[in-house]
Formats: sequence, structure tokens, C-alpha cells
Amino acid sequence: MSRTWRTADVVEARFETATARTLALQFPEPVSSIGGQHVDIRLTAPDGYTAVRSYSVAGTLPPTGLEITVEELEDGEVSPYLVRDLTVGDQVEMRGPVGGWFVWQPSDTSPVQLIGGGSGVVPLMAMVRSHRAAGSTAPMQLLYSVRGPSSIIYRGELEKLEASSPPLPVEYVYTREAPAGEPVGRLSPATLMPRILPPEADPAVFICGATGFVEAVAAWLVDAGYTEGRIKTERYGGTGDGS
Amino acid sequence: MGIISSGFRGRRNKDQPGLPPGQYLTESFPVLSAGPTPRIDTAEWEFQLTTEAGQKHSWSWDDFQNLPQEEFTVDIHCVTSWSKFGTRWKGVSMDTFFQDVDTSHPYTMFSSYGGYTTNLPMEDILNGKAWIVHQFDGEDLQPAHGGPARLLVPHLYFWKSAKWVRGLRMMDRNDPGFWETNGYNLHGDPWLEERYW
Amino acid sequence: MSLGLDDGLAGGTGAEADGQDCLDGNALAGPLSEFSAGDLTVAEGRCENCGMTGVLATTRVYAHAPGMTARCRGCGSVLLRLTEAGGRTVLDLRGLSYLSIQRD
Repeated sequence: MSRTWRTADVVEARFETATARTLALQFPEPVSSIGGQHVDIRLTAPDGYTAVRSYSVAGTLPPTGLEITVEELEDGEVSPYLVRDLTVGDQVEMRGPVGGWFVWQPSDTSPVQLIGGGSGVVPLMAMVRSHRAAGSTAPMQLLYSVRGPSSIIYRGELEKLEASSPPLPVEYVYTREAPAGEPVGRLSPATLMPRILPPEADPAVFICGATGFVEAVAAWLVDAGYTEGRIKTERYGGTGDGS
Repeated sequence: MGIISSGFRGRRNKDQPGLPPGQYLTESFPVLSAGPTPRIDTAEWEFQLTTEAGQKHSWSWDDFQNLPQEEFTVDIHCVTSWSKFGTRWKGVSMDTFFQDVDTSHPYTMFSSYGGYTTNLPMEDILNGKAWIVHQFDGEDLQPAHGGPARLLVPHLYFWKSAKWVRGLRMMDRNDPGFWETNGYNLHGDPWLEERYW
Repeated sequence: MSLGLDDGLAGGTGAEADGQDCLDGNALAGPLSEFSAGDLTVAEGRCENCGMTGVLATTRVYAHAPGMTARCRGCGSVLLRLTEAGGRTVLDLRGLSYLSIQRD
């Protein structure tokens, strides 16, 4: 028998948007996570049916906690339960945090470009938070493609980070609906390139979002001369809608 | 045993008549695949049956279309726990393919464009139990659902109904296929819940 | 965010639409942790078919199926199959000629 699964207490739950909710989980023993990792969550129904899903870690609550942010997927099986039904005091089973590839290490001082589509921002936020917590001097910036302003996860925290010293540069691309004066439309090479660190900076690039989004962005970056080996991706499936 | 989440029920629609144990009913038609969807031109398509003597029986797309066609409606059951009632298909019974085939081996291994395989005993594919189908719900079978042609063995879990089927060979023993080598049951009867090893 | 669609399949991940959709090898990390406390997705593997090498995390993973199938980015061959079925995690590595990992 393996002993990879452990039980977590849900100690806090808060909505980030109308459909995305952050769950704070606490464990009986210390838990650590590197920005970008994910966990597997297992739910067991009263009749014994189980379902396992993977969710990116959004941040840590040292020494014994961490947070995940779950986007409710239409017609989903697990996410509606995690977003709507789970309450503080409930327990879930978790495996991880796992993954050693799509991660940002605070010891890395080279420039970092984060590119997220929709809820793909979650593991990137874990990297941002880790960067801040470590007081890293590595240049880091975020490009975030969202349907509209009301879909921005971590909006308040991102505004504060943009206004902090040193600021975290955040660029938004609005795919469906934009604030007054901002353009609306899918991300394209023309809208992407001026808003991210240039290839000459040779940034480490982390891209996360729907599979189509990740593949398109990664291909544009390689075409534009970014180093392929510096680009790391996390596809979360689905055809996506460009956000 | 895990922590029970009393409010978590998984999928609804579980207690319907006609559902095998542990299944839920879906109206959609989920697309499952272990790889990218191959695009197969019917001009190049061929279905080949290889006997233990090495004899090869081959059918081109036109040959296949000229075989006696059957239209039928069946329920299908996927091991990932969805079932779909009343699916309507058109195709050729496996009995037809075996009409002039000389074999005494009791098992078969089906293979697909893209490399997928699944093992089936002869007793599960003859006597009107399995077909090579090319139409679903009155339309040509879409590539995502196994088009231009797939195997259909509705009385077993749906992983046995190999998409993009290209042939089969006779076997004297019941060797496991793509998923059967890796945790899934050699037979796969949904009514007996033969899901796993 | 979640890796994979939340649609009630045992694997729990992967595609809708036309089945072309895939995940990164990162998604293997949880099930592989059943075999090794160290992360195997950072291990470098060699494709038995075409000889291409790369870390497992960068393979193409098809998970909208009874199990997860990791395929070579170069030639599309199956590198590994992984199922978590019936209380057992099963791993088939025959598409890899080796796995190599940097020791600490």
C-alpha cells in the first residue's frame, strides 16, 4: 500500500470571481510547495464512488497549509461540488503537491515571463507569491488573458502588486469584454509581443491555460526567437475560448 | 477507505432501469482517446483479417460498403462509468466477415489505425454480437468517434469497440490488448462489472 | 485551475471536441508519485521507437480515456501507459528505452 494520500481540513473558502473559489487546506503535518505544482484531490461519495481531479496550488500557508483555486466548469462533476457545496470544516483527500518541471524556483535570478489564460493564472500566481515571499530580484511579469474584467481571478491582489515597489507588471488581454478604452479580442502575436519581455532578455517563460491557448502562444514565441528550452507549458485540456 | 463527502454524489442518473451496476446515464457522447485522431481516407482504408495459417482476407472501402448492411439500435456502456441508451448504427456484422474464413482459433486481436489494440474471444464477436460500423445516427461516423469505421461490441465495455479499426488476427490464447495489459479486465462484461484486473 | 476536463471520466482529464486535445507530462506527476517519492516527471526518457530524448513532463499526455497515455513529441509513439483502476496504479513503460534522473 502506498501512503501518498492524506486528509486535509478545509479551513477557509472564498470566491475570487462568480465561478472561481479558493479553498484553504490544512494538514496535520508540514506541507511545502514550489510555485507551479499541483495536487490531486479525491472525493468519495457515500456509495463509495470516487473521483480524482488535479488542481494547481495557488499559494502556501506555511507551515501546514496551502490554497487551491477551483474554476467551476459547466457540467463538471467535481468542480461544482468544490465551488458550491464544500464548506469550511469539511475534509478532502489530497495527493501531492507534485510536479518538478513546471515550477519556478526562488533561487533562479533570471527574468521570468508568466502567460496565463483564464484559470491558467492559478499556478502562475503561486510563482508570483513565491517571488514576493522570497524577496526575489528576478524581473517577473505577467500577461493574463481573460474573458472580461469580472473574470479576473486575484484582481485585488494583482492591483496591489502592480502598485507596490517594485511593481509586478501585469498586462491584461480581454477576449470578450473590456473596460472602456481597452481593446477586445483574441490574443495574437501582434498583441502579445509588445507586452512581454523581449527574446533578447531570454526569459524563462511559463504558459498555462486551455490546450489550444498554450499551443498557440508557445508556437508564436518560438517563431519570434524565444529559446524553446526556456518555455515551459501546462495545458489543462479543453479547446478553450482563447481565455 | 477514504473520507466520505456526504454532499458529493458524482454523476446523477444512476438508478435508471437498463443501467449496469455502477453506471450513470448520459445524453451526450463523450469522446475518449489514447492518442490523436487519425484522419483516414476511405480510398486508402482497408480491413484485413489474418488467420493462424497466415491467410489474409482483405476488404476495401467499396468491398465493405457492398457487404450486407444492418441497421440497429443498442445501449453502450463505457468503463469510465457513462452509459448511453438507444444509439443507432449502420454496419456489417462480424459474421459476414467470417463467412469464408477458415480458422479454429478461439481468440482475436483487433487493431486500429493509430496503434490501438483490443482482444476479443470469438464467442463475443459472432452470432450477431459485433459489427464494423460506419454510420451513427444516420450520418457518416465522425473521426472523433472512430470514423470512417469502428468495431462495435455493445454487450462489452466500450473500450472493446475499437475506433479506426483496420483489422484483426486470430490467436490461440487470449493475449491482452492496449488497456487489458494495463489494469483493465481481459473480458469486460458491464453487467458483471468486469472493469479491472 | 484544473488539469483536464472535469467531466466524470475515471482518468478525469483530457479532451472534448475531437479528441486531439492533450495535456503535458506534468499531469503524470500524481499517479507516478505512487511509485517514487522523487518526482519522475523530471526524469529524461528515450523513445524506443525514434530515439528522441526529453523529460517526461514535456511529453503529450492523452488522459480522456480509461487511463493516461504519454506519447513521444517527435514520433507520436506510446511511451508509457498509466491507469489508476480498481485501487491499483499500473504503469507500462515499454515504449521507453530508458529513464534517467540526476542524483542530488
